[in-house]
Amino acid sequence: MSELTAQATVEAVYRAESRRVLATLIRLLGDFDLAEEALQEAFIAAVEQWPRDGVPGNPRAWLVSAGRFKAIDSLRRRMRFDASVRELAIRLEGQDEDPVTRALEDSVEDDRLRLIFTCCHPALPEDAQVALTLREVCDLTTEEIARAFLVGTPTLAQRIVRAKNKIRDAAIPYIVPERSELAGRLDAVLRVIYLVFNEGYYASSGEALVRTDISAEAVRLGRLLHELLPEPEVAGLLALMLLAEARRPARTTPEGAPILLEDQDRTLWDQALIAEGEALVETALRSRRFGPYTLQAAIAAVHAEGRSAEETDWPQIVGLYDVLLRAAPSPVVALNRAVAVAMRDGPDTGLALIDAILEDGDLQEYSLAHAARADMYRRLGRQAEARNAYAEALALSTQQAEKDFFARRLRELGGHESGERQ
Amino acid sequence: MKYLCLVYSDEQLLHSLPESPEDAECHAYAEAVASAGKMVAAEALEPVNTAVTVRVRQGQVSVTDGPFAETKEQLTGFYLIEADSMEEAVKVAAGIPPARVGSIEVRPVRTLEV
Repeated sequence: MSELTAQATVEAVYRAESRRVLATLIRLLGDFDLAEEALQEAFIAAVEQWPRDGVPGNPRAWLVSAGRFKAIDSLRRRMRFDASVRELAIRLEGQDEDPVTRALEDSVEDDRLRLIFTCCHPALPEDAQVALTLREVCDLTTEEIARAFLVGTPTLAQRIVRAKNKIRDAAIPYIVPERSELAGRLDAVLRVIYLVFNEGYYASSGEALVRTDISAEAVRLGRLLHELLPEPEVAGLLALMLLAEARRPARTTPEGAPILLEDQDRTLWDQALIAEGEALVETALRSRRFGPYTLQAAIAAVHAEGRSAEETDWPQIVGLYDVLLRAAPSPVVALNRAVAVAMRDGPDTGLALIDAILEDGDLQEYSLAHAARADMYRRLGRQAEARNAYAEALALSTQQAEKDFFARRLRELGGHESGERQ
Repeated sequence: MKYLCLVYSDEQLLHSLPESPEDAECHAYAEAVASAGKMVAAEALEPVNTAVTVRVRQGQVSVTDGPFAETKEQLTGFYLIEADSMEEAVKVAAGIPPARVGSIEVRPVRTLEV
């Protein structure tokens, strides 16, 4: 084999297998940093040896084995300086299981699940769960993660270091939770994936409305989890993300301004993603063990079927929101339900519901609640009240593209951006 | 590995809520942890108004009344247990009866570097 081909093979193997090899090395070595170092060493060895000796029959097993030996070497060297690593080195050398054989077994996929569950362990703070998952499972660099979440690289790096230290010092285990605990622990994993997705899809602050790369990473993670653990809610979350992705080409103007669902050009929706999402929703619903993600995906699927906002099956959407509100009560769900009710029964019914939700207090600082209220007034032809509510929404919004949208609505209603605030 | 499970609860409420554990139940759970071979030590504590706080500054011992900080929940007992991982420690902690009315802080024990 030519040197160039071997080089290309190493790169391809890195892309396809590096996270699997890392997950197995973390299990074998019991230490994140040691495993990462071993992974790098193993690939350095591959770059040197594969062009000379040929690509091994099972590259993944070769890498796991090479990584493990490199780790033992490195521990031996360090043993001379640090007595605390002696125990680990002895334990590793004494491991009777042959890591090469083990790496060939199904347990490799279990290792990837172990890695996900450990990174999303509830003993870690949520922002650290997100950072660690993107770093270890998705192989994003610290800089990439920092950029996606608009925090400084040193802050992000520190978050990851603290999380790894806690995993080590508190002995957070590298295991897939038992059946009895799976539901609760899976919730944490799903929340992390959905947080990552939303950070890309709704970009909580800053100039751009969407940051595509980080959403794509969440979808990839969702697909991986679904492949490893095809639970109904995993399918539900993946469907929810795919159905949202399907609308991406239609949801902003070329300048990045948001376009409401009712105004979107539905011919731009990605039908392949919609079909995939719908199939997943149906599987999840049939299981009868579904939860909030599946219900939200089912709502998105009903939207996807409507040829226009008017031709959407609003009674079914309201029905799904009713179930969702019972399964996972939240004021935001109640607000979305109110908007759906308005589409079914008219804006005056919607307005009464939104006013009642705002009176409860939790959403008074939530710009989209005021925007929804403004839209009801607009559709009722009550212009002055619509202007006041849009001005309220504008004042509360922290997202530039959203602000521009509210300002545009204000101008259309003959108001000006400062508005007349009540 | 050793973990210290610190039992916190509002002393005023600890024994008066419908969910409040009886001493017999607490004793039975401690026995169960001990017979599973996971117990190092466990005790319930007298109320904080019986406590003193000791400090040594510039060689001078000072003793003051009460605990260091005024908080809503007080330390009312502890378990020192032996467990393989945080996962196992959390399982033991979740069974400590006052967890139903208060909270349990689970802390890995640090080995002194000597």
